[in-house]
Amino acid sequence: MRTVKAADVTETVARLCIKANRELPEDVSAALKAARAAESWPLAEKSLGILCENLDLAREKCLPICQDTGLACVFIELGQEVYIDGDLEQAVNEGVRRGYGEGYLRKSVVGDPLRRVNTNDNTPAFVTVHLTSGDGLRITVLPKGFGSENMSRLQMLKPSDGVQGVRDFVIETVRLAGANPCPPVVVGVGVGGCFDKAAYLAKKALLRPLNVPNPDPWYAAFERELLEAINSLGIGPQGFGGRTTALGLAIEYAPTHVAGLPAAVNMSCHATRRASAEL
Amino acid sequence: MEYRLTTPVTAEMLAPLRAGDTVLLSGTVYTSRDAAHKRLCGLLADGGEPPYELAGSAVYYVGPTPERPGEVIGAAGPTTSGRMDAYSPELLDLGQKIMIGKGTRSQAVIDAIVRNGAVYLGAAGGAGAVMAEGIKSAEMVCWEDLGCEAVRRLTVEDLPLTVVIDPKGNDLYKSGPAAYLASIEKGVTQNAD
Repeated sequence: MRTVKAADVTETVARLCIKANRELPEDVSAALKAARAAESWPLAEKSLGILCENLDLAREKCLPICQDTGLACVFIELGQEVYIDGDLEQAVNEGVRRGYGEGYLRKSVVGDPLRRVNTNDNTPAFVTVHLTSGDGLRITVLPKGFGSENMSRLQMLKPSDGVQGVRDFVIETVRLAGANPCPPVVVGVGVGGCFDKAAYLAKKALLRPLNVPNPDPWYAAFERELLEAINSLGIGPQGFGGRTTALGLAIEYAPTHVAGLPAAVNMSCHATRRASAEL
Repeated sequence: MEYRLTTPVTAEMLAPLRAGDTVLLSGTVYTSRDAAHKRLCGLLADGGEPPYELAGSAVYYVGPTPERPGEVIGAAGPTTSGRMDAYSPELLDLGQKIMIGKGTRSQAVIDAIVRNGAVYLGAAGGAGAVMAEGIKSAEMVCWEDLGCEAVRRLTVEDLPLTVVIDPKGNDLYKSGPAAYLASIEKGVTQNAD
């Protein structure tokens, strides 16, 4: 067994919350710059120019890229041979509390969805633990903004709907979202599993770097096809028209029941923020 | 076209604006989003007075991040305006003239824009640092308990905005993509020729 201090988990989560909110991952900023170079529609080119300028300014001024510094979605890959000398979830929450405080990030969490009182420290974090073999420990923080989250959808399709049904559902979701999720968007698609698993897979898809296709060539081709179809919709950056409606699309899939075809689309914005660290 | 405007504004000042134009806005802008809109309209329903003069005013749907020591404001990009659709027609009828945000508006809001000669301006969604550059001062007006959703009075200078819904009711979210797709279509035809 390898022992990891809960205090180290806290310190890491705090640092990742701040880093993720100030600097886009390399793959996302590269996609944004490439899109700007490829765009010839004037308003689209201008809009992407502002977004690129915003990244430089945020880094220079130690400001968050976006004022919606998100719900802190924390993904933990925990080796079975790791012992944590404290409460893991408490350690993560303490890290979020500290990171959102020290980083001057916005506290956007209400403790109850209907009575709506702000918790004032952006906790609780939304923690997903995935057990792995070995003694590794990897933490990823995905601060998830709600302008895009609100445009996400899930549908229990029928097996007879098949590939066409999933295609139509994904395209329709992006079309309905229009300008609201701050395009150019990043689209996470989950297919299969059960009701909750499909939604989880769609969120997990947002963790994959935009330049990494699905390892299954059939799904990689489906990802390319969907991205091309989305970028033919004309919505464009900020919804003002243009080629670049999405920077990337990833599909995660799982086995499912003979009677079902769950499909979920988790929408994310051009500021798809994630930061990871190994402990 | 590019226009420079200073608040407070009148319908006459806004009349020439067309969807797709650029506006550099200066003057006073009030922040307000979900919870503050609910309180304001509740207050008005109870016969109360609004906490600031609505006539000719500009509202920015924003919940900024906390300012670092010595700074005016944190990141300050727009939030999704559609969540304020339930409240906007009433506020426009009371004189609010400029709404700043991002994302689509309901037909009821578009009708109220046309009826009152108002305008809906788009701020760059997700460009929190760029938008903060145009904000020169920020002070609390009311409802501090709402945190990032409290109403603040911002002084802005050349805040870069795009006309999304103009006083005629033209909507850039419809006309922009349509014009782009038409240009592609035309390009294909020209290539075929």
